[in-house]
Amino acid sequence: MVTYILRRFGAMIITLWLIVTLTFFLMHLAPGSPFNQERNTNAAVQKNLMEHYHLNEPIAFQYLSYLKSLLHFDFGMSITQPGQTVNGLLAQGFPVSFELGMMTLVVAVLSGVILGVLAALKHNGIIDYLAMTLAVIGISVPNFIMATLLIQELAVHWHVLPAATWSSPKHVILPTIALATGPMAIIARLTRSSMLEVLTQDYIRTARAKGLSPYKIVVRHALRNALLPVVTILGTLTAGILTGSFVIEKIFAIPGMGKYFVDSINSRDYFVIMGTTVFYSGFLIIMLFLVDIAYGFLDPRIKLHKKEG
Amino acid sequence: MALKNVNEDETFSDHVSISIPDHLFTERRRRKVEAEAVVRPSLNYWQDAWRRLRKNKLAMTGLVLLIILVVLAIFAPIFSSHSPTKQVLTDQNLPPSKTYWFGTDALGRDLFARSWYGARISLFVGFIAAFIDLFIGVIYGGISGYKGGKVDNVMMRMVEILYGLPYLLMVILLMVVMGPGLSTIIVALTATGWVGMARIVRGQVLQIKNYEFVLASQTFGTRTRRIIRKNLLPNTMGTIIVQMTLTIPSAIFSEAFLSFLGLGVQPPYASLGLMTNDGLSAILTGYWWTLFFPAFIISLTMYAFNVLGDGLQDALDPKLRR
Amino acid sequence: MSETILEIKDLHVSFTTYGGEVQAVRGVNVTLNRGETLAIVGESGCGKTVTSQSIMRLTAGNITKGSIRFKGKDLTRLTEKQMRDIRGSDISMIFQDPMTSLNPTLTVGKQIIEGVERHQNISRHDAERLALEIFDWVGIANGKERLKQYPHQFSGGMRQRIMIAMALVCKPSILIADEPTTALDVTIQAQILELFKEIQRETGVSIILITHDMGVVAQVSDRIAIMYAGKVVEIGRRKDIFYRPQHPYTKGLLHSIPRMDSEEDELIPIPGTPPDLFSPPKGCPFVARCPFAMEVCEQYQPITTAISSDHAVDCWLQDERAKQVTFTGEV
Repeated sequence: MVTYILRRFGAMIITLWLIVTLTFFLMHLAPGSPFNQERNTNAAVQKNLMEHYHLNEPIAFQYLSYLKSLLHFDFGMSITQPGQTVNGLLAQGFPVSFELGMMTLVVAVLSGVILGVLAALKHNGIIDYLAMTLAVIGISVPNFIMATLLIQELAVHWHVLPAATWSSPKHVILPTIALATGPMAIIARLTRSSMLEVLTQDYIRTARAKGLSPYKIVVRHALRNALLPVVTILGTLTAGILTGSFVIEKIFAIPGMGKYFVDSINSRDYFVIMGTTVFYSGFLIIMLFLVDIAYGFLDPRIKLHKKEG
Repeated sequence: MALKNVNEDETFSDHVSISIPDHLFTERRRRKVEAEAVVRPSLNYWQDAWRRLRKNKLAMTGLVLLIILVVLAIFAPIFSSHSPTKQVLTDQNLPPSKTYWFGTDALGRDLFARSWYGARISLFVGFIAAFIDLFIGVIYGGISGYKGGKVDNVMMRMVEILYGLPYLLMVILLMVVMGPGLSTIIVALTATGWVGMARIVRGQVLQIKNYEFVLASQTFGTRTRRIIRKNLLPNTMGTIIVQMTLTIPSAIFSEAFLSFLGLGVQPPYASLGLMTNDGLSAILTGYWWTLFFPAFIISLTMYAFNVLGDGLQDALDPKLRR
Repeated sequence: MSETILEIKDLHVSFTTYGGEVQAVRGVNVTLNRGETLAIVGESGCGKTVTSQSIMRLTAGNITKGSIRFKGKDLTRLTEKQMRDIRGSDISMIFQDPMTSLNPTLTVGKQIIEGVERHQNISRHDAERLALEIFDWVGIANGKERLKQYPHQFSGGMRQRIMIAMALVCKPSILIADEPTTALDVTIQAQILELFKEIQRETGVSIILITHDMGVVAQVSDRIAIMYAGKVVEIGRRKDIFYRPQHPYTKGLLHSIPRMDSEEDELIPIPGTPPDLFSPPKGCPFVARCPFAMEVCEQYQPITTAISSDHAVDCWLQDERAKQVTFTGEV
């Protein structure tokens, strides 16, 4: 298990380094980027940037000093807003985004698993049919459309819930639903198919032959095995929720990281784009790593396979 | 007494044997039918898959929807009397009517022509991105899986690292660097998109390579190229098609997402994502049609691909059926 | 005289499929005595597994007719809840593939103990002690540590021992073993069969052994039921079946296995395949493959004839009139 964790950790570091390098050099290629020596910012900011990013030095030096500042968790500074650092933006926006993301993940996983299990247990019944119709719709309607529909109906038309900003628990509901529908649909479908497969396994028959009740069989024998594939896609889902939060935060005017990121794209604030991309990628890759480790603990077979292989 | 019940029939059997005509106790002649095995019409893989697909109502709905959407996307802008980009300043924000079937937007542009023009872009991006993914993925994955050993090891290490990159984030970054536009969207989507296809093709090839029938043709000295064409490709086709029906809606979603962020197709050209973004203001103005039609068409397209993909998966991979 | 513990009468089981109704079991009559091993033998699809799963009511098919009497109750008429009290407690079952029959994500100890806790009102500690005892008994050393291990950490033979331990832990009166050795190596097979004999000697449990392997049957059975196309075509003591087989199908089965004690050195396969049970034949199901088929076999179901008090066969050749028929063997 230790070698497995170490190997995965090594792969994670390589991927992180690759992302940093890729981002750095891509930003140098971008037209109109400050790295590209086409400056249209004011003198004070320029001086600041020159110092921070060593823009007069050779590119190799710039790259190394960028790596060095990242090691100190310094993600750079803004061009358009003088004095604003990426770390400062992260400190403001990340807690909000994290709250929204976590709410979404919890809602999506809980409702997705429940829908999927019910659908599988009532296979071909009315619940199955309804749950799967809901799931296909959830997958088909993009989150930004879901968000506008929710605002249109529940906020503007019926005045049930507030449409925008982030000030009370009530404000959390609509953006969470908009962001959670897609992942929920994916989890529901995966849980259902994996549950249906597990229920045909020989060890389920063994459990029935012991005289266990259907409830015990589902909870103790089927669910745990059926949820293993769900765990494996959690990392990818987190990535989806994170990118989804860009548009959701913009639509609902939520002061999170995603909104700053979209704003920085629109104003071509390259240093903020670079800093946030690196931060996001790092966050996601660590999530993927954690999910892999969690899987290793949940599936006892993993340990042995990795040792042998 | 173990056989009590079996033996109950004893007296009864004497009675029955009397009623059975004696002439039947002669050697039985072989019936002709037995010699010929029952011949069922043999269907090949594709006929069989099509038969299964046709039975799946939901998948057929998806297929029909898709055909309608494609036909409309190709022909509606051509036959519409309005241009998708022409602004008629006297006809701003008109609700759907006989002249403007889907109404007009804030600049007086016909939403019917614009929506179907946008759908054309969406479908174009989806198909092209999927085909490029297919092309790169099949070659890369095929070589990796077929060669095996060290080559496979190195090629797959690279794929693993690329696979670890957050997809949409990388696409956004590429769009920022390359600038918005249709061709850059396709490049950005396929730059990391082929990795999924490569992994799947490699897995399939690796598995099929070791089947007896491939080993058999190798022992006969069949050439590599022929083995790939005759044995490997037809057997990986099903999985590849299923993967493609999943790639297309994901590419369509990505395009809409990027256009919504302002990184995709640029005005005055229409894209469904861009139109949805424009339609956002409808929430406040009440011009519901500016949001409804583009949003509905994207969702319908995604729906059609998703249910068709599910159906194809069931039809093409009978092993996965339940 | 031995005491009957289980009595299956006129059992019919059918499956509803896309293609129509498959009549997998078509009137099976079998009894099981206390402390004996009854082998049910036949080729795949003959209904032997469906019959055994019907006793546990674990079959996916519908029991359309007949009764299964056990301890004064008809198992086919019990509610699902009543049936659950019997499963694993009075009647236990072991399945063919020990690789897939154990839950890969639970330790084997937990999988054994959950059965004990389900049926016996004892403390966790006592249940664990019981599991340890049973592990020792089925020949798994280091029980204490091994109970904490997962199925993938055991070999195939060991897993089958775990399955046996799991089945026996509540001291059932009937043990049904469905092809328990098919997935194992030959040497391991012999060990497992030996274990069955030992278990029976010590506990007096009645065993129903489902198999297609006459070699296995020769080693452990007291009585043998030969099944073909959803029916028992011949039943008798082991000696009756091996030395005085009456049904042409039984004879065919015996000719198709290698034997050390026989002078014949040729193995003769039975030609053809069993009939399609979507539309079962009107007469004897074996008619198309039988070297001694008569016209009567085509049109009438053979009736059961007792050869001795323990030995019975369903075949028209037992009829007086069949003795005059000459068989040319021409096709």
